[in-house]
Amino acid sequence: MRILVIAETDGVGLRQGSRSAVQFAREVAAKNGAELQLLVIGYDQRAVAEQVAAYGPVLLADAPTLEHPIAERYATVIAQAANNTHASLICAAATTYAKDVLVRAAGLLGGTMATEVVGHEWSGDKLLLRRPMYAGAVTATVTLSGPFPTVTVRSSAYPAAEPLPAPEPVTAIDVDANLIPVTTQYGGLASKANTRPDVTEARIVVSGGRAFKTTEEFEQYVGALADRLHGAAGTSRVLVDAGIVPNELQVGQTGKIVAPELYIALGISGAVQHLAGMKNSKVIVAINNDPDAPIFEVADYGLVADVREAVPELLDKLA
Amino acid sequence: MKILVPIKRVPDTDQRVRVADDMLHVETADMPFVVNPFDAIALEEAIRIREARSGDAEVVVIGVGGEEYEQELRTGLAMGADRACVVRCDTELDPWNVACILQQMVGRESPALVLMGKQAVDDDLGQTGPFLASLLQWPQATFASRIELQGEMLTVGRETDRGIETLTLPLPAVVTVDLRLNEPRYASLPSILKARQKQIEHVDVRELGVEIQPRLQVLKMESVFSQRRCQRVSNVDELLERLKAETKIL
Ligand SMILES: Cc1cc2nc3c(=O)[nH]c(=O)nc-3n(C[C@H](O)[C@H](O)[C@H](O)COP(=O)(O)OP(=O)(O)OC[C@H]3O[C@@H](n4cnc5c(N)ncnc54)[C@H](O)[C@@H]3O)c2cc1C
Ligand SMILES: Nc1ncnc2c1ncn2[C@@H]1O[C@H](COP(=O)(O)O)[C@@H](O)[C@H]1O
Repeated sequence: MRILVIAETDGVGLRQGSRSAVQFAREVAAKNGAELQLLVIGYDQRAVAEQVAAYGPVLLADAPTLEHPIAERYATVIAQAANNTHASLICAAATTYAKDVLVRAAGLLGGTMATEVVGHEWSGDKLLLRRPMYAGAVTATVTLSGPFPTVTVRSSAYPAAEPLPAPEPVTAIDVDANLIPVTTQYGGLASKANTRPDVTEARIVVSGGRAFKTTEEFEQYVGALADRLHGAAGTSRVLVDAGIVPNELQVGQTGKIVAPELYIALGISGAVQHLAGMKNSKVIVAINNDPDAPIFEVADYGLVADVREAVPELLDKLA
Repeated sequence: MKILVPIKRVPDTDQRVRVADDMLHVETADMPFVVNPFDAIALEEAIRIREARSGDAEVVVIGVGGEEYEQELRTGLAMGADRACVVRCDTELDPWNVACILQQMVGRESPALVLMGKQAVDDDLGQTGPFLASLLQWPQATFASRIELQGEMLTVGRETDRGIETLTLPLPAVVTVDLRLNEPRYASLPSILKARQKQIEHVDVRELGVEIQPRLQVLKMESVFSQRRCQRVSNVDELLERLKAETKIL
């Protein structure tokens, strides 16, 4: 039995989310004795693959045609690797990368897939998976039957795996350029320079909602408090829709799923779609001027106040 | 050009869902249903593409499921779809099954573009689009927040975890849409009335020769309730004190 972990890298090494996928794979392997392998895909990625090898043996698919993560190309490589290694399970972190690339690969392999897994258990030899539905109002226990079971796991649900005592080998695999579809062209990635950590990777996340009317105001309150706490800044959908905050910061059902040690919600009402992204945070603080805001139902500490007064006071007292 | 828009019928997102006694479904009695919000956005985009081509496009909405799908398909017609088709199927379907059925419908309809939701807000799976693209061996662009059509080429802005990515892909293609692509229109009363008169085509799933093999099976559903007891604090000082005393974060 082989578990293939699709590694998402950041140009240096393994992304934090992928380390959670490794953790999931290790837990499954500990039970069924499977061998774990990581697949690194890209161009000129040898050095990165050497870093990834700290977490397990690496298969490296390295070719100019794989410079950018285009779904048709990467999915073909993943499906080939799964076939060649007779993978009994394929997994990755539930990021937009896997939701694009890995789902297509699972389609090529016969469509046996569950996304956004937050837990697992065993029924004899059978792997049962837990995943949220209906924006997290329901947890379903599901099972997969079919060829090449494929799973994405939420990094909020599994701790980041620790590196091994010594790195494992990196093995290059052949990429047959003739088999890679090349019709889609990559036109670049536009991301606003963000000096803060990603919301999915920070210990503390400070999020601001509709209470903030402009980008400057968001920075003045939400950004400043995030910086003071060395945390990440997040937001609700309305500010992204309004173009006030870039979409990489959106927390929720259709944004990012976070579970930091501390989540501070500033002027956020607590719609189920937002709660879906943050309700598993360890400690939740809500500041809202409406005492009946539903965010208080999921908070540990609630302060009814105007954020324009409470945040400057917090900044002052945390100095 | 023809654009296919698969739409799913889902519980209204403003409603609180509850697990039924069988622990395998959610309670549907009295539950209002809507077109999956992402699919409404896909349909809006399809209509806008037709409008930009001075009507030179046909927009077809497809639902796969029971008789009750007629209601959401009529909503689609009222918004401006040209035709509506329900693929009748009474067994439970997972995204693989739906994708296999849609593959057959693409074979029948030969659209240049399939525009669909990035995820259904009931199962939150997000699998059907890329599955369909892989079955058709068509290029795909997921999470579109901008779509430009020039001749036979699409330029798509995609919302990723790291920013907006741009792809250029040739038709035919599968595109899944994200929330910020557009704001779906409300159907006007006259168009709602007109949609009532329109014929909805029916296809029996057995005609399509698709074998329904479940890949993803739900064994159990449980409602999730918040376990937290909110402690109200009266001012910033108290908040900081409590956070410092009761957690080790600050
Ligand atoms: C399919 C779908 C998917 C969605 N996905 C997401 C998602 O991923 N993430 C997400 O966040 N949303 C999502 N939404 C939107 C969601 O339903 C809500 O509309 C959104 O979360 C509301 O954002 P908000 O809390 O910032 O704004 P509002 O609901 O308007 O709340 C603003 C809050 O700020 C308080 N306030 C105002 N001024 C002040 C002040 N000066 N001081 C203190 N408090 C103040 C108000 O009392 C209010 O409670 C989705 C919706 C749909 C239909
Ligand atoms: N039963 C269905 N009928 C029509 N379209 C569907 C159906 N199920 C899923 N879809 C389409 O597939 C998308 C993604 O669904 P899912 O993979 O379930 O998250 C939806 O937004 C719809 O466009």
